[in-house]
Amino acid sequence: MAGIKQISVFLANRKGRIADVTSLLADNNIDIRALSIADTESYGALRMITDDNEKAVKVLKEANFVTKINTVLAIEIPNEPGALAKVLSAIEDDGISVEYIYAFVGVQGDHARVIIRVNDNSKALETLKRINVTLVTEEDVGIR
Amino acid sequence: MNYWNEHFECMPRDELRVLQSRRLEKLVDRIYNNVPLYRKKMEDIGIEPGDIRTVDDITKLPFTLKTDLRDSYPFGMFAVPLSEINRIHASSGTTGKQTVVGYTARDLDTWAECVARGLVSCGITGRSIIHIAYGYGLFTGGLGIHNGAEKLGAAVVPASSGNTARQVTLIEDFRPDAICCTPSYALFLAEELAKKGLTPEEISLKVGVFGAEPWSEAMRASLEEKLGIIACDIYGLSEVMGPGVACECSLRKGMHVQEDHFIVEVINPETGEPVAPGEPGELVFTTLTKQGFPLIRYRTRDISRLNYEKCECGRTTARIEKPSGRSDDMLIIRGVNVFPSQVETVLIEFGGTAPYYMIYVDRVDNHDTMEVQVEMTEAFFSDKISEINNLEARIKARLNSILGLNVKVKLTEPGSLPRFEGKAKHVIDSRKI
Repeated sequence: MAGIKQISVFLANRKGRIADVTSLLADNNIDIRALSIADTESYGALRMITDDNEKAVKVLKEANFVTKINTVLAIEIPNEPGALAKVLSAIEDDGISVEYIYAFVGVQGDHARVIIRVNDNSKALETLKRINVTLVTEEDVGIR
Repeated sequence: MNYWNEHFECMPRDELRVLQSRRLEKLVDRIYNNVPLYRKKMEDIGIEPGDIRTVDDITKLPFTLKTDLRDSYPFGMFAVPLSEINRIHASSGTTGKQTVVGYTARDLDTWAECVARGLVSCGITGRSIIHIAYGYGLFTGGLGIHNGAEKLGAAVVPASSGNTARQVTLIEDFRPDAICCTPSYALFLAEELAKKGLTPEEISLKVGVFGAEPWSEAMRASLEEKLGIIACDIYGLSEVMGPGVACECSLRKGMHVQEDHFIVEVINPETGEPVAPGEPGELVFTTLTKQGFPLIRYRTRDISRLNYEKCECGRTTARIEKPSGRSDDMLIIRGVNVFPSQVETVLIEFGGTAPYYMIYVDRVDNHDTMEVQVEMTEAFFSDKISEINNLEARIKARLNSILGLNVKVKLTEPGSLPRFEGKAKHVIDSRKI
């Protein structure tokens, strides 16, 4: 199925915890391609796309982090006003809810890459296909 | 010195023994014939009702454990048909199930009698206005004290628990001379009254009867000073009856047990053997007159000691010292009994297996607080924060409903909670009582 793998990590809302995760990945030579965090008063969920998800999960688990892998959609859209709005409106018009979105670090020429987490991947894929949105594959972002 | 029932409260001890023996004999006969669990327990150790003639024979009888009550949920240990039951109360069990108790009309009257005796011994009279801020409901505190206070003929204000602002107004406006609630709530009220600028002299209260949770002599001194009252301790547990099993007199030198209705023993919790008179141990109660839910040798897990000396108040009944602790892991939080195993049961419901968890109990501004910290597991975790929030809220709601207590829930990282070799210690109680 189209889409790319995302790793989520549970973090207590303590000083230095995000740094702990990123250093751990750096020490293991894993590159973070995209990253976002959602947090509450006492905890957060760090979500990221790395270039070696399997290894990332392994080292995180060894370091006692709770992780989860799931498939999210990644798309490439023109880097211009209204491009993202157009995609999101189409998805929501089709009755799919968007749970959260975040962007890849950097732009690809005149395009931006965005990660979309929806409640129904296959339905959202149909919508994206219909409105001619380019999907980003794991290969495109250099995932091993 | 005033008595509600001088005949029984000041009865010479040899007469009391005869009375207790006669009642014990009848009780054993009643439970043997009406409660299958007791017949089985007695048959298992080869004794018959005829073997119990006097109070001294009581040690031949088997103990009753909290687990016996749980296993017979809900009505298995009632000794009369439900048609004869007039009231049902319940308290926390060690797991999800409540411990259920039933009272006949006569049991309710006995209970009111015991409470009335206790209130009178604290200095309350039929002319008093009594503010009752124990919770009304399945908990025995509210209705138990209520019926005794009504029997006494006092003007009863059934304020129940909660809504502190209203409680303060009621105390200011109705000017009650007595208050009954948990000691921690009384301290909280004292501070609220002080905030409104009332001095102890201006507060109408003269007597406080406090119970349902452990409290210290330091807390007593503080309550007496802040409210300008005499603060008396009342003892009871729903299994045995409810508040009023024993109560201090205004001299406050131990809680007088209503021995015409209850036999109290002190045993070594390890061996089950009686301790030497005056030595500390676990309190064990036998209900002599209860019809609905009679108990023999019920192990309370409360650690205390007994004083058989006649009190200066004239009462001859045995006195219980303030319980110094528990021989199990039960916590009393805002008057509510909490077992760590209840928390574990709830967590298993959510995760399939019990995650690591800790219970932190503290007292902040005289309010007991309880926080359950749970380590995040893969089964619990989601990339969506709303799902984690929702899980946290559902665990909290379930705990609140099982425990009957508002607790905080905090999800923590794996490995962040203490690990134990051998028996896990799931509770950190930082209350300075």
